[in-house]
Amino acid sequence: MSETILNVKGLTIDIPVGGGTLHAVRGIDFDLKRGEVLCIVGESGSGKSLTSLALMGLLGKRIKVSAEQADFDGTALLQASPREMRSLRGARMSMIFQEPMTSLNPAYTIGDQLMEAMLLHRQVSRAEARARAVDLLEKVGITAAGSRLGQYPHQLSGGLRQRVMIAMALMCEPELIIADEPTTALDVTIQAQILRLLVDLVREMGMAMILITHDLGVVARVADKVAVMYAGELVETGAAAEVFGAPMHPYTRGLLRCIPQPGKTARGAPLGTIPGIVPSLVGEVAGCVFRTRCDEAVETCRGRIPRHGPGETHSFRCVHETGAKATEKERV
Amino acid sequence: MLQFILRRLGLALLVAFTVSFISFSLLFLAGDPAAALAGETASGEDIEAIRRVYGFDRPMLVQYGDWLFAALRGDFGESYYFKLPVASLIADRLSVTMLLGVCGITFALLTAVPLGVLAAMRPNSIIDRIALFLSVAGQALPSFWFGLILIVLFAIQLRWLPVSGTATWAHFVMPTIVLGYYAMPAIMRLTRAGMLEVLSSDYIRTARAKGASELRVMFRHALRNAIIPVVSLAAVQMGFMLGGSIVVESIFALHGAGFLAWESISRNDLPTVQALILIFSMFYIVFTFLADVLNAWLDPRMRSS
Repeated sequence: MSETILNVKGLTIDIPVGGGTLHAVRGIDFDLKRGEVLCIVGESGSGKSLTSLALMGLLGKRIKVSAEQADFDGTALLQASPREMRSLRGARMSMIFQEPMTSLNPAYTIGDQLMEAMLLHRQVSRAEARARAVDLLEKVGITAAGSRLGQYPHQLSGGLRQRVMIAMALMCEPELIIADEPTTALDVTIQAQILRLLVDLVREMGMAMILITHDLGVVARVADKVAVMYAGELVETGAAAEVFGAPMHPYTRGLLRCIPQPGKTARGAPLGTIPGIVPSLVGEVAGCVFRTRCDEAVETCRGRIPRHGPGETHSFRCVHETGAKATEKERV
Repeated sequence: MLQFILRRLGLALLVAFTVSFISFSLLFLAGDPAAALAGETASGEDIEAIRRVYGFDRPMLVQYGDWLFAALRGDFGESYYFKLPVASLIADRLSVTMLLGVCGITFALLTAVPLGVLAAMRPNSIIDRIALFLSVAGQALPSFWFGLILIVLFAIQLRWLPVSGTATWAHFVMPTIVLGYYAMPAIMRLTRAGMLEVLSSDYIRTARAKGASELRVMFRHALRNAIIPVVSLAAVQMGFMLGGSIVVESIFALHGAGFLAWESISRNDLPTVQALILIFSMFYIVFTFLADVLNAWLDPRMRSS
């Protein structure tokens, strides 16, 4: 079961914009074994969603995607023909989107939409697809599943729609699920519930999952691996326990400092923030992109940034080999 | 769905009733019908006599009631000019107009919708530019001029098609093209705009993420949502074609209802004009109703509102 299902090396995404190129994602590496959950974290605009859409082959033709390697179980995703990609999408790899309110087609019943992927990819009858749809709706916690199949998206709440989206992604028992901030658009009270459900189902079915989120609390609970993205680069990656136990990159430590912790954060104490904004990625990007916001920036940050690996599975990109220089300062 | 249809039907009947009253009274507002009927040289006594014979001296509401109940039985009175029952006069002409209208809207939809979809699939491509050129040309060319050009080219030069008349299907080819081409640009542009908007929506991305083929994405997922405003527009265009095809009917000497309306107005043939206005507005009401039902079938959200 420790077979690698997804292997990405040097993934780069360039978007032509008026008067230049936006280097949205620059040479990121990660891999995923069957049954693992990889969490990609980072703030808005760091390239998390672009990365996932690129792997699914869902970016428009205008956007240039390249990589040394982007293999899904032996298939080179970036070289695959549109037909090959179509046979993967929805069947062996599927995606759950951020916007449950608009991600379902208003003109068709949820039953039709649930059954679609299965009828497209598997040699099954409508009755079989229907049975599977009912089964999965029950699994995602929708009551009276049979009668829901005839309902239209506008008759369901956001939470129910996202449950339908999850069931839809699971229809063909994919080997890889990419969930792009699946709970961001939902009411806070059901966010945890939906996420727990998703993770349980993924574990139960033995699927691999890439979970994109900026909720570090979620990451700490569900991730096997963590990849921290900042402005189109992977600044730190590793097993969840290692990254959370000993964060090395100044950005990762900054992110962790932003979470108030019960018992540790004093009442009324200011919450941690990372000052500044993400720099423009249009034109040549050199050196460490975080240096403009980093407390520990030095002259060498403008040059080539080395990669350090404190553990076998843990690595980060920073000029400071020991990374955690400011541990005293951050505990203030 | 049934409840929606019944509600719309009730609304349509109400509109029809109102329209019938307005069309009846507008003709009275246009002047004294008895004086117009009697002619310019008639004396005051003659006019009075005519007023009594035709019943114009009665209160307007009574006249309206009489006219409406007769009309509901299919009796629109007798044409002042032809001295024939208006109903049979119109029935003759209406078949030509309806055939032309159905052919025209079919031609318009069959050219405009595929062209709009193709243009939206590849915005700014050569297909998009050709579609844009055709639609601008269609909007800019006056029907009478385009019709004459077709006659010169296909009837006189090439001798492929007859110049005018209604004898065979070949007589309807050029009128269909002229009438359909007039309605095509708006339908094409609306299809293109609708498709472009729908194609950038999240549920299209979902369909692609399921591995649906491009054709399936276009026609099953996108077109059904993009076509909704087009249905409403086509219904209005269809109503317009049936009532307003006077120019085309004149060019090709198709003696249809539009041509009859024009003749009757110029001859002050009041019963014929009233009947035609009523029938033309009924067409609009029927087509709008059908478009509403079709749209409710296409978009479930409309059924509940």
